[in-house]
Amino acid sequence: MSAMFEIPDFTELQRRINAAGDEDVRTALKSAQPGISGLAALLSPAADAMLGEMAHRSSAVTVQRFGRVTQLYAPLYLSNYCTNRCAYCGFSAENRINRRVLTLEEAEAEASILLSRGFNHILLVSGESPKILGVDYLEKLALRLREKFAAVSIEVQPMEEEEYARLFAAGITAVAIYQETYDRTTYDEVHLSGKKCDFEYRLATPARAAAAGMREVGIGTLLGLADWRAEGLALGMHLAWLRKHFWRTGLTVSFPRLRPAAGDFEPLLTVSERNLTQLICALRIFDPDVGIVLSTREEARYRDGMIGLGPTRYSAGSCTAPGGYADPDLDGEQFAIGDHRSLEEVSLALRHKGHDPVRKDWDISFQLIP
Amino acid sequence: MLTIAGHTFRSRLFLGTGKFPSAEILQRSIEASGSEMITVALRRVDLGDPADDIMAVLDRNKYVLLPNTSGARDAAEAIRIARLARAAGSGDWLKLEVTPDPRTLLPDPVETLAAAKELVREGFKVLPYINADPILALKLQDAGVAAVMPLGSPIGTNMGLQTRMQVEIIIAQAQVPVVVDAGLGAPSHAAEAMEIGADAVLVNTAISVAGDPVRMARAFALAVEAGREAYEAGLGPQGKEAAASSPTTGLDFIK
Repeated sequence: MSAMFEIPDFTELQRRINAAGDEDVRTALKSAQPGISGLAALLSPAADAMLGEMAHRSSAVTVQRFGRVTQLYAPLYLSNYCTNRCAYCGFSAENRINRRVLTLEEAEAEASILLSRGFNHILLVSGESPKILGVDYLEKLALRLREKFAAVSIEVQPMEEEEYARLFAAGITAVAIYQETYDRTTYDEVHLSGKKCDFEYRLATPARAAAAGMREVGIGTLLGLADWRAEGLALGMHLAWLRKHFWRTGLTVSFPRLRPAAGDFEPLLTVSERNLTQLICALRIFDPDVGIVLSTREEARYRDGMIGLGPTRYSAGSCTAPGGYADPDLDGEQFAIGDHRSLEEVSLALRHKGHDPVRKDWDISFQLIP
Repeated sequence: MLTIAGHTFRSRLFLGTGKFPSAEILQRSIEASGSEMITVALRRVDLGDPADDIMAVLDRNKYVLLPNTSGARDAAEAIRIARLARAAGSGDWLKLEVTPDPRTLLPDPVETLAAAKELVREGFKVLPYINADPILALKLQDAGVAAVMPLGSPIGTNMGLQTRMQVEIIIAQAQVPVVVDAGLGAPSHAAEAMEIGADAVLVNTAISVAGDPVRMARAFALAVEAGREAYEAGLGPQGKEAAASSPTTGLDFIK
């Protein structure tokens, strides 16, 4: 790969955002392509007063590009072993939780439960512990699942390009890899030990996944660690860079807000639902084509309210403990869920809002060599 | 009447099935459109599931099912999914879409031509989605496709017939039917395409994201009919100078 994505210093991002005034926001809202300077304005404190207009524009852009359609998926947690100590995460190595890694049979059984509940897109998730759950495990599991599901994606430890290529060939469609925070100072503060401490390696991971041929790459930031406005601008820059360098790759973004988890980490700062809404609308206006994921970290009330305003993909019926679909009483979860509704219940809520809940919008046959 | 690959169509409006708020509104929109050719993304449907929401509303006795390869990034992927779909019972018709850029969804001419050659050889009735490139249209025609489907503007943009000059050349040159696909955002755009002699148009986003998709489907049906009628009636010439409707230019001085 020829170039690496680089981000300006966080304080510089904040300076650009805070320099934006009402007129800059209005200009961005009127512009067909607001660009990075427009995104900075839309993320600014000045834009808060125009959140209604932003939501209106965001909604219109979303409907034109995606229709009144929301995709549905479920996460499948494979393992809560983790070699990293991350202050905010329930899986953090120092937390005394019951550790578990599913056997391939157990993972397949969990997948079968999701299939029987109507899911066709699943996201395989695990803590970062390559010796316990590495590329070999994922490759074997992908080969078992690929005939059953329309799309199987992963959210696991960062890998090398060759490893992603192997998983793509085995039927993995997409990779989600979140930077958590684009602020180096905060990043160093919350990542206490383990491979995840390497900010640069993680930052270059989405590009490796794209270079390996993955159909879709998801990036994101964990809200509650650093200034969400600057995180949004950094994310937009990352998105734009990936678009330039990997034009064949579909892109999604996600803005998980910190949830209560083992370890009792208190968010370093509060990100309100209003803030989250501004962030989602700003990114949508900035990039009309990006998929936006809104997970069950958020409460049902908020998720229902956001239908059609920007997000394009919802999870449903989620459990974040490995083996938790077969045995709902299992502990060892990554974080507490905010929306406990089933796939059917979320589908019903979408229909009430005039949205088609889509369970299949891919076909694994595209990438499988017979 | 329009004939493609030996099949006759009364309606010259083809419909896409993406982005509809529900299967029920899709079904009513199809009925209101009068369309007899319905395209379905193979990525979106489960041909193996009799209860699939989209397939359930498509009465194969009433409509020609035109499965499309939307999502394919190259010829190999398009060919693979086309074969699997036919094996699962989707029939011989195929809307060939090879769109390596997920953002603009613009078609890849090189891969599309390669895939078309192979799929024609395998007996598919291939309708390729292409940029409005007259030479590519002719090459595809030589490869044996059933029709060509040049875009009016990038898919989903609703920007209308931005490629008009190129489409006019395709219409003038092609021996296969020309179906203007993608970007037609208003009934007037569809009418314009029909007025310049397109054999049919394919519309999706403009209907599915309309305030009332069912009424918009009807509006497009009327526009397509009007445009075709105008084309067959023969439009008067256009010019920047005003022209009197009853010319009085006297030549009576000539003996």
